[in-house]
Amino acid sequence: MRNADVLRFARDAAAGYPLRTSLSVLAMAIGVAAVVVLTALGDGARRYVVNQFSSLGSNLVIVLPGRSATGGFSPANALTTTPRDLTVDDAFALTRLPSVRRVAPLTAGNSEINANGRLREVVVAGTSSTYIDIRSFKMAAGRFLPAADWNRGAPVAVIGSKIQEEIFGGRSAVGELIRLGDRRLRIVGVLKSVGQGLGMNTDEVVFVPVGVAQSLFNTNTLFRVLIEARSRDELEAVKREVMAALKARHGGEEDITVITQDAVLATFDRLLRALTAAVAGIAAISLAVAGILVMNVMLVAVTQRTAEIGLLKALGARAATIRDAFLAEAAMLSLVGALTGYGLGLFGAFVLRQIYPVFPAYPPDWAVVAALGTALGTGLLFGIMPARRAARLDPVQALMKH
Amino acid sequence: MSVIQLAGIERVFHLGDSTVHALTHLDVGIDAGEYVAIMGPSGSGKSTLLNLLGLLDRPNAGSYHLEGRDVTTLTPDEQAAVRSRRIGFVFQSFHLVPRLTAAENIGLPMMLAGIPAAERAQRVTQALNDFGLAPRADHRPDQLSGGQRQRVAIARATIMQPAVLLADEPTGNLDRATGDDVIHLLETLNGRGMTLIIVTHDQKIGSRARRQLLMEDGALKSDSARPSVAT
Repeated sequence: MRNADVLRFARDAAAGYPLRTSLSVLAMAIGVAAVVVLTALGDGARRYVVNQFSSLGSNLVIVLPGRSATGGFSPANALTTTPRDLTVDDAFALTRLPSVRRVAPLTAGNSEINANGRLREVVVAGTSSTYIDIRSFKMAAGRFLPAADWNRGAPVAVIGSKIQEEIFGGRSAVGELIRLGDRRLRIVGVLKSVGQGLGMNTDEVVFVPVGVAQSLFNTNTLFRVLIEARSRDELEAVKREVMAALKARHGGEEDITVITQDAVLATFDRLLRALTAAVAGIAAISLAVAGILVMNVMLVAVTQRTAEIGLLKALGARAATIRDAFLAEAAMLSLVGALTGYGLGLFGAFVLRQIYPVFPAYPPDWAVVAALGTALGTGLLFGIMPARRAARLDPVQALMKH
Repeated sequence: MSVIQLAGIERVFHLGDSTVHALTHLDVGIDAGEYVAIMGPSGSGKSTLLNLLGLLDRPNAGSYHLEGRDVTTLTPDEQAAVRSRRIGFVFQSFHLVPRLTAAENIGLPMMLAGIPAAERAQRVTQALNDFGLAPRADHRPDQLSGGQRQRVAIARATIMQPAVLLADEPTGNLDRATGDDVIHLLETLNGRGMTLIIVTHDQKIGSRARRQLLMEDGALKSDSARPSVAT
């Protein structure tokens, strides 16, 4: 029998039982669609996080107080070490290091903003004039915090775009007076909207000089110190220099943690890749189930068409021909199911992107290849047994069933 | 020259503990172009004999020569090739593939034999015309009458121009008039030189054949061509 005829015969056989065929195609399609959509979701999460970190600005090194072992927090650490606070003077000392281009201290807290007759809870970030360059933000109006002595600070503030909108509506906010906690500050600038970053929505933050924030929150500690290296190659040098400088300032105690964006990014990247793979694995179970369904359908087909198989043998079909015809049918069910599922999955990912535009939900190539491959593989694998059963049927017995 | 030569054929079935001798010590020769009816009561072994002749079954002992070639020792694939080219089957229940049209059913043996589609189409058209089925070419079996179905089955059985046509109760599912038409058709084919072997327990049909083989308990009870066996 010619290959084209085998395929046509198998196609007609599958088309001859539309309900059974469409059900097994549907099962396979759901399996493949599940893999495509879930990996799109997982990989979308990964890309989203990677994009967020990239938007932090390049060549960024972050210093946080407290020694963290690579394993993170442990009760033993909490009991035995009392980390020294990170201070504004510490941060300022870092500006003199050779590989450092810019330093911005950061202290943060919640407060209430009262202006234009409206009251709102806001996140207040105390920092310096260098912050805007390190984070590569843009101004919508006015200018950022003025360069000044970090320990004093003028009574000025820069607000995020959302706060400008909610407190002042469409009106320009620059030059307006606001009350922040018990301070009266004058707005000197409004940031351009950038959305989420580093765990806080910058559009809803009020930036004030670090000295103002510290007196507002009655503290002299810093939440973070952001450092920009002179170049990407100097990230490691910055890390070393910062470690050494702060160790010296803290009486020989290594009570700070220095992280680079690269390291954090790599960790998240690995984590979310693993998550995507795990999700793909779970979805692949449905592919195996679909494969078993195809086998079941083919076994039913062999039973239903026993007389036909006997006839084909009587008409001179070799065992291999009958096996090929049934295998081709199983492969077709899997192939059509896989392609339908791929289409459904892409559509699902498209819908996800429409609903969450910030979320780049595209299935990774490896997942698509793996899903289609697994679908075809299981379909063929589970098709072998029924096909062999069909090929082995005794023609005399088979012909008697009608 | 004999187209079929059976010598010392034995066929034994094992059903649980008991053994059934479906065919014992069978020696039959059939010449090319003969018209033979195999008759006998149920369980006499006539169907088993037909299956052996059609290479659907193998004897436990003895030899079967088809057109001078020993076919008992062939591999299953070689036997399939012989069935494809040299043997045509007509069944009591027609055995048409329900999802295929009349034309496709007729073309099925050629498709299985790997004959190119263009040649198949030409030969199927010829057969449809010869058997008066041209207007029904695109009908499926369930849209055909019993007589038309059997005509399709006969067209299919002869499309490969086999040496032997084996018919198992070809009129069993047909009324008398249609059955007669089918028998006439088979006899016409036999008249053109095709060896025709019909299994039947219908005396009237059996008596039309030029030679009758009467089976009983797996043995040949009488052979009209060799009256000496009758005793």
